Amino acid sequence: MKIKFRKERREKQTIIRTILTSLLFTVLALAACGIIIAASGFNPIEVYTKMISKVFFTGRGIRKMLDASLPLMLCSLGVALTFKMNLNNIGAEGQYAMGVIFGGAFAMYGPRIDGFAGILMLAVCCFAGGALWALLCAIPRALWDVNESITTLMLNYIALIILSYLCLGPWKAAGQNVGQTEKLRAGLELPALGGAKVSSGIVIGVVAALIIYMIYKSTTLGYQMSVVRYSQGAARFAGINIKRNIILALVISGGLAGLAGCLQYAGVSQRIMEGMPNNAGYTAIVIAYLSKLNPLAIIIVSILFAGLQNSSATVQVMGVPTQIATMIQGTIMLFVIAGDYFQRYRLIRVKEVES
Amino acid sequence: MTLIISLLSGALVYAVSVMYAGIGETFSERAGIMNLGVEGIMLMGAVTGYMTAVSTQNLALAFLVVLFTGAVLGLVFAFLTVTLQSDQTVCGMAMLTFGTGLSGFLGKNVAGVAANLKFENIAIPFLSDIPVIGPILFQQNLLVYAMYFIVPIAMFYIYRTRYGLKLRALGENPAVLDAGGENVFAMRYGYIIFGSVMMAISGACVSLGSTNFWSSGMTAGKGWIAFALVAFSSWNPLYLTLGALLFGFISCLGSTLQIYLPNVPTEIYSALPYVATVIAFILATGNFRKKHTAQPESLAVPYDRESR
Repeated sequence: MKIKFRKERREKQTIIRTILTSLLFTVLALAACGIIIAASGFNPIEVYTKMISKVFFTGRGIRKMLDASLPLMLCSLGVALTFKMNLNNIGAEGQYAMGVIFGGAFAMYGPRIDGFAGILMLAVCCFAGGALWALLCAIPRALWDVNESITTLMLNYIALIILSYLCLGPWKAAGQNVGQTEKLRAGLELPALGGAKVSSGIVIGVVAALIIYMIYKSTTLGYQMSVVRYSQGAARFAGINIKRNIILALVISGGLAGLAGCLQYAGVSQRIMEGMPNNAGYTAIVIAYLSKLNPLAIIIVSILFAGLQNSSATVQVMGVPTQIATMIQGTIMLFVIAGDYFQRYRLIRVKEVES
Repeated sequence: MTLIISLLSGALVYAVSVMYAGIGETFSERAGIMNLGVEGIMLMGAVTGYMTAVSTQNLALAFLVVLFTGAVLGLVFAFLTVTLQSDQTVCGMAMLTFGTGLSGFLGKNVAGVAANLKFENIAIPFLSDIPVIGPILFQQNLLVYAMYFIVPIAMFYIYRTRYGLKLRALGENPAVLDAGGENVFAMRYGYIIFGSVMMAISGACVSLGSTNFWSSGMTAGKGWIAFALVAFSSWNPLYLTLGALLFGFISCLGSTLQIYLPNVPTEIYSALPYVATVIAFILATGNFRKKHTAQPESLAVPYDRESR
């Protein structure tokens, strides 16, 4: 007798099953990474304990984690917005950099407006920078059907090269060896939240997530986007302007990535540095996927991923390379993709009797 | 004159390093599978090859390890996209993140370590004595020479053999092949793994070819340029060669121009290949007049027997 399996499509997907399968496969992914860590001569349990304890169980660790989650959160919200329409914006990294560049230009050459109005204008500039960078890909995509994955990605490299040129050249702070600008003037800094020493950017991030959630749930735009996602034909037939929606989604997405730059610049680092996005734009893709594009889930997953990223620095003293964070992210994503199969299908054992 | 020779021979080396990945991706996409993880697989190929070279000082073994790495990653990708029918874009991004992270993690110990072992340039007797052409075409390493044969073979395979016909059908309409009694799943597995092995060789071109070191993320977007070139070349290896040579020329142009125009910031030269890719890609693949594109009909569509 041979044991065989037959797959059967599940009628519906429940939230609990989604969460549980994702969690289960995340744990499996961590186990797989543990094997790789052990193979390169470290004790995986020691590495994991150290990573978790320093970041998730100390006040300082949690504060830093929340701060680090800001750019991830906004970039993922933007990326998820385009994924919702079957567009792939892989350019959050570059849009982030462009946002920072526009913000920096405002802070350095713009009118000296401080306080709330100043911060608001800084945010608008950053948003505009990211949006403009995304627009360069949105127009060819909407009008001539040019694959946006390639164009957005290539613009990442260009934006990062411009950023490093500015940080090492005209914007370089005097007397510094590293490529970074002068400190942002105090009037433009985002205030810390109460006495908690956490940047108030977290409020902006959460509010942005809620707004996007509301847009999905209860506006015409959100509805039109979901129609475009499932069937372009149906959307066209219903009189939805597909081109407009494509451009809008990519531009808002880019703007959010630019805003991520603003929060990092005005809220956390206060300086613009070479290579400032630090892979946030790519991590955002993983986060958006793991959150199933749900803005509220993105908040939580970004915070956890920020913790993961910070924790890689804590094990560096043991000689573990910092790339451990990216490796774990990639492995988690591979495993959760595999796990999604079990959300879509159930396997049923079929008994085959030999005649 | 020597300048032109060094420029063109540099362009050729650059072109070959993206062509392996490009041809791999061409076969993969012809089979209907879009592999966005080129960059990640290249990095993995580059790092495993380099690590083996450092620890064993055996080039043949290093190359075998590169092939093996490519095959394993291809197998994983094929399992996710063919067997589990997952979204290929998402899988590609996962492969990219995984490859980038793991290569950086594994390669930490060999970053900055000199292997002093690479595919050396071999001058072919007589041919390399031809003026101009000789030093450009026939004083290269084995990986470049192999490419001289791979392109015609790939062209012949895709357009002139029975297998090539099936390959093209696989990307256009796999259901027809299935009805004809072919094993669609096995064929797709095969082509994905082949493609992935080729991408890993591209990585070896970077770490064991002209440049002989390892640093995290050293391919610097070459995988993406290869990916763009595939659509740019209408899934045709011969056009891919021309495109790759063009890009090789553009990216090597920077270092030459720098000698004549020292006042221009070097960043402009390093941005050139990316700017050129975007512009060329938009012009080549843009649907300006509703023209027919050569994109395989079933590209990125998982084949599911139930929904036939």
